[in-house]
Amino acid sequence: MKEELITLTIDGQEVKAKKGTTILQAAKTVGIDIPTLCFLKDINEVGDCRMCIVEIEGRRGFATSCIQKVEEGMVVHTNTQNVSEARRVILDLILSNHHRDCLTCTRNGNCELQQLAKKFNVLDIEFEGEISEHEIDNLSPSIVRDFNKCILCRRCVATCKNVQEIGAIDCINRGFESCISTVGNYSLNDVNCTNCGQCIQSCPTGALHEKETIDDVWMKLKDPDTYVIAQTAPAVRVALGEEFGMDIGTNVTGKMVTALQRLGFDKVFDTNTGADFTIMEEANEFIERFTENDNLPMITSCSPGWVKYIEMNYPELLPHLSTCKSPHQMLGSLLKTYYAKKEGINPEKIYVVSIMPCVAKKFERQRPEMKNNGLCDVDNVITTRELSRMIKQANIEFENLEENKFDNPMGEATGAGAIFGTTGGVMEAALRTAQDTLTGKDLDKIDFEQVRGGDGIKKATVNIAGKDINVVAASGLANAKKILEEIKEGKADYQFVEIMACPGGCVMGGGQPIKSSKIRSEVDVRKLRADALYSIDEKSTIRKSHENPVVKKIYEEYLEKPGSYRAEKLLHTKYQKREKYQL
Amino acid sequence: MKTIEELHKIRKDKREELDLRVNTKSDTREKHILVCHGTGCTSSKSPEILKRFREILKEKDIKNVRVIKTGCFGLCAKGPIVIIRPEDTFYAMVTPDDCEEIIQTHIIEGNKVERLLCKDIDGNVVDRLDDLAFYKKQKRIALKNCGVINPEEIDEYIAFDGYLALEKVLTEMKPDEVINIIKESGIRGRGGAGFPTGKKWELTKAYEDKQKYVVCNADEGDPGAFMDRSILEGDPHSVLEAMAIAGYTIGANKGFIYVRAEYPIAVQRLKIAISQARDYGILGKNIFGTDFSFDIEIRLGAGAFVCGEETALLESIEGKRGQPRLKPPYPAEHGLWGKPTLINNVETYANIAQIILKGSKWYSSIGTENSKGTKVFALGGNVNNIGLVEVPMGTTLREIVYDIGGGIPNGRDFKAAQTGGPSGGCIPKEHLDTPIDYESLKEIGSMMGSGGLIVMDDTKCMVSLAKFYLEFTVSESCGKCTPCRIGTKRMLEILEKLCNGEGSESDIYKLEKLATNIQKSSICGLGQSAPNPVISTLKYFRDEFKEHAIDKECKTLECKALSKITIDEEKCKGCGLCQKHCPVNAIEGEAREKRTINQEKCIKCGTCLANCPFHAIG
Amino acid sequence: MQENNQKEQKCCCGEEKKDKFLEELFSTYKPIKDNLIQMLNEIQEHYGYVPMWVQKELSEFLSVPMAEIYGVVTFYSRFSLKPKGKYNISVCLGTACFVKGSQKIMDRLLERLKIQPGETTPDGKFSIEETRCVGACGLAPVFTINGEVYGKATVQKLDQVLDELMK
Repeated sequence: MKEELITLTIDGQEVKAKKGTTILQAAKTVGIDIPTLCFLKDINEVGDCRMCIVEIEGRRGFATSCIQKVEEGMVVHTNTQNVSEARRVILDLILSNHHRDCLTCTRNGNCELQQLAKKFNVLDIEFEGEISEHEIDNLSPSIVRDFNKCILCRRCVATCKNVQEIGAIDCINRGFESCISTVGNYSLNDVNCTNCGQCIQSCPTGALHEKETIDDVWMKLKDPDTYVIAQTAPAVRVALGEEFGMDIGTNVTGKMVTALQRLGFDKVFDTNTGADFTIMEEANEFIERFTENDNLPMITSCSPGWVKYIEMNYPELLPHLSTCKSPHQMLGSLLKTYYAKKEGINPEKIYVVSIMPCVAKKFERQRPEMKNNGLCDVDNVITTRELSRMIKQANIEFENLEENKFDNPMGEATGAGAIFGTTGGVMEAALRTAQDTLTGKDLDKIDFEQVRGGDGIKKATVNIAGKDINVVAASGLANAKKILEEIKEGKADYQFVEIMACPGGCVMGGGQPIKSSKIRSEVDVRKLRADALYSIDEKSTIRKSHENPVVKKIYEEYLEKPGSYRAEKLLHTKYQKREKYQL
Repeated sequence: MKTIEELHKIRKDKREELDLRVNTKSDTREKHILVCHGTGCTSSKSPEILKRFREILKEKDIKNVRVIKTGCFGLCAKGPIVIIRPEDTFYAMVTPDDCEEIIQTHIIEGNKVERLLCKDIDGNVVDRLDDLAFYKKQKRIALKNCGVINPEEIDEYIAFDGYLALEKVLTEMKPDEVINIIKESGIRGRGGAGFPTGKKWELTKAYEDKQKYVVCNADEGDPGAFMDRSILEGDPHSVLEAMAIAGYTIGANKGFIYVRAEYPIAVQRLKIAISQARDYGILGKNIFGTDFSFDIEIRLGAGAFVCGEETALLESIEGKRGQPRLKPPYPAEHGLWGKPTLINNVETYANIAQIILKGSKWYSSIGTENSKGTKVFALGGNVNNIGLVEVPMGTTLREIVYDIGGGIPNGRDFKAAQTGGPSGGCIPKEHLDTPIDYESLKEIGSMMGSGGLIVMDDTKCMVSLAKFYLEFTVSESCGKCTPCRIGTKRMLEILEKLCNGEGSESDIYKLEKLATNIQKSSICGLGQSAPNPVISTLKYFRDEFKEHAIDKECKTLECKALSKITIDEEKCKGCGLCQKHCPVNAIEGEAREKRTINQEKCIKCGTCLANCPFHAIG
Repeated sequence: MQENNQKEQKCCCGEEKKDKFLEELFSTYKPIKDNLIQMLNEIQEHYGYVPMWVQKELSEFLSVPMAEIYGVVTFYSRFSLKPKGKYNISVCLGTACFVKGSQKIMDRLLERLKIQPGETTPDGKFSIEETRCVGACGLAPVFTINGEVYGKATVQKLDQVLDELMK
């Protein structure tokens, strides 16, 4: 059936648009870029900021172009004297109540408000007045709230409340006193925040950002007595380039390794190798539980935001969680035991820095369970964004770097480890190993297309060794909640569940480069980054974790076998019921 | 449960019994002592008066006299009010101690208690309610039963044709016929904007849905307005009846009344009314034996002016922050829980039953070309007869202020009247003869609003008044959209500067620029109309703004930083009273000599002004 | 004069057991979000404010995040987060009262009690509120103490009442 097209006029140009298109979208097709601020496609379409107002002939007042749908014969003006003056006044008002210390702001150069001020050529503020003052909340290990920079767009609230269904923050008070806050303005650390950091991704300004810890890294790098090791998560390498102007989804693994070496890390290892260990342990755990029908479905535990979520909201379901630590914790643990011993380094002198697409990992590494012999598995977690800042601080021309390889031995990884960075990836990697183990064969069918793609919930049934296994991969905590409710009500017939806290998985993690609302409405960022990971997998010579020679070697030499006493001690963890609110 | 026949019988019997309430020539041997139980009179101890009357009657063993609790009579300034029927004697400012005398002199001896009779402005005694100038120009439709019936007795409502309109609609009319009558009557929404009611009903009916809702907006937040409250307190059933009619018409089976929690009496009477109506089967399943079912629940507001905005009200009923939704879609399409919803305000509903019973022609014969019927106003401020008045549309402001309101007290001059509250504007002297209807008010920069009408005398500063309204808007803005959240705050800051003598002429232009842009770009009615008080005062009293900005002067003494109190040498007789009362010893001068004010010490409290017997200070 | 019903309850740590009132409240209402404001109205009425621990219980009961409940509590002026004073004095700042000089009453009250509207004196005796129209415009300007209306108010009248209450 041919889709019905609507004809309207925007700024004198005839536009044909599909039914249901907004004026904002329709205008874009004819090269008109209506400014927006509170708009975030599919997440926050509320028209609060009033930047996108336009005039429609025959209508009283302005229309909100990010919401108003096109209608047949509509005549729209997006830039009349009336509209532009009103927009300018609105922008002026927003700026008048904003701490305008752009030079010392984490979002300097990547701030949607700053870009608007530039676009509007704002050279002075006409309506100066009282500026709201807020205390900065930096008690959370993951997220800093600086609501002096907040412009009340509420994109973070919509993300936290509707996308993740957490609601750690909300709008409080009213009128000029309105602000985004936690309950009673307690720290994010004391409320039901899971540290996923999706709020940071949706913030147009510097009101929400990661708790930066690169100063500690610099300090350790300068200390000759400390053996500083970097490890990088799979999702980092397909996003880091964006911070240097490269296309979204560019694989910059080699340049990233070189940059880290130049920064002075003694070793640069690959968290993908850690992921291979995770698969070994997790597949083994799954097979055991599947065979004994023990606490099924088993649910993955790599995503620390997700882990905190289930600890707070569904503690009764904690036995379903795999006891495996996440890949970077496993790798950190092995670095301070196996590797330290082998290389003859005092583990106390080793400082492991994980470079992650994630701010929840900052919380995870601090958990008391993530220690061995009194030493943290991982000593510092920095995000993709923070790494890019370090590279810039070190005057490294990232774009022009040669491409180096990860150091040995923890630099050798499989394609299975790479796809950990996207939703469905952990599941697929685990199934590859599980099916070989259960059948005792080296099977060729290793692509599990059913669990790939951007859907929030992906269900599939796979037949392994004659047995049907129902699996599901969910990303985003709202989707996680749906699956958990099914399990709780006994309606779920799954054996294996993969959950990642961030919608789309780690490639869209809270520590990844921030994409503006405009880019997010034009490009499928998740797909581009995920495709890059699948491409790494495809090009890998080894694509099954259990075939990784390094993994095999370490099991032979040290860990014995998956699930052994030592593996349990170093690579597994336990969970605790957590109070949502510690007020 | 009552059948239609049983209701008819109640109506007939009760109507005879209550004839004395409306008929001064009633040949009954009974007397009814009506004691006003509106909020105003209740605040000044009318429940005690009621109790006292009953005690005395019991003590003296007097039969044939009943003491009745009623809604507001309207003339709140004279409260507490007691009226004795059938002779219609009006006693003003009654205290519990007066009850004994009223019973003795009036009831037993048959004479009037002269000292308690109401006096008009000229000091003439008016013994009958209907003889008061205050009532003469009024026409009571929405307030028909207020002060006549006991609002807590459903039978009294039924006696005066209550629920007859609902019966007629359910048994004789199709929904479209109801819509036609309402449309033909020309009634427009009494909540402020004046959208044609019939059209609203028609639109809501047109959206097909199994579940629809009827909502009554009783969140009367306009400071200084109490029309809706008085109707709910005096005649709650009229609202219930109209909501049921609306439910039948648009196809809804559920209604909500959203009422301010600050109106405890109104809430209580609504609760009683709903439960009585349910007992009679007038609310609930299969009303009057038809297939139409309808029930009503009360939802309490919790103190947010913005919830008077219809979409904010819906949000609030849903248990959320009262932040307005973007329109379109309108509630008629996408209302409560996304369902088609009809929202009208209390006063609009209070007119419906009578339109059905008396016909659209009757109703449209009242009022002006485009504004039909009557409008209730809460008349307040610097006017003699403060109270509730209902006048035909088209009555002039002058008639309301001078004929009904009795003019300005203390011999002062009229300066301006404010209608529409924080969303409205000021009307200056030169527009006193403007007929009050939706269009005329809009034309002169104000609006009908919900019906607050505040009169100001010449001691009032218009810049301060604009500031007062902006303070209100700023504290009541929901904070959702930028222009209202930050813009109104900036306007207030500028007004504060002006009042503190820190302003300049450019501030006036800034104020105007902000005002026009906030008006155009805010999401809801609150933001769009928030600048109105500033725009209208700027329009009519621009000179006053300039005096504040440029000359740093406020002639009214209201802006302390800008006012200067001086003593007129010629008028001063040297009595020294001002000196005696001055709290800061700012007045200098020897005994029996003319005094002067030390401006450095003066705190402009105005005490000297109030105490000068020769009007020498200003 | 009716004194405010003040219940001493520990706040914020969530250790408190639901009291009888809350148990009853939770059995009267269905656990759906629509009931939030209705329930808060009853809670405010009962405790004189909306304690944090009650918000937490309510959050569990309605499955609504605390931040959202807090957002609603701070939106509506009828709800307060702190207990009101033994004598809660509210001055009407509606237009009718304003025109008749209620601001002077408020100024005097602030001066005497040395607190701001919405606050309670350190001894817990007085709290001040601004209100918009209590509906007694015929008596303007008015203030109320624990709901009892004082009409045709003057600064002198206020002083007298305060002196009496301070004794």
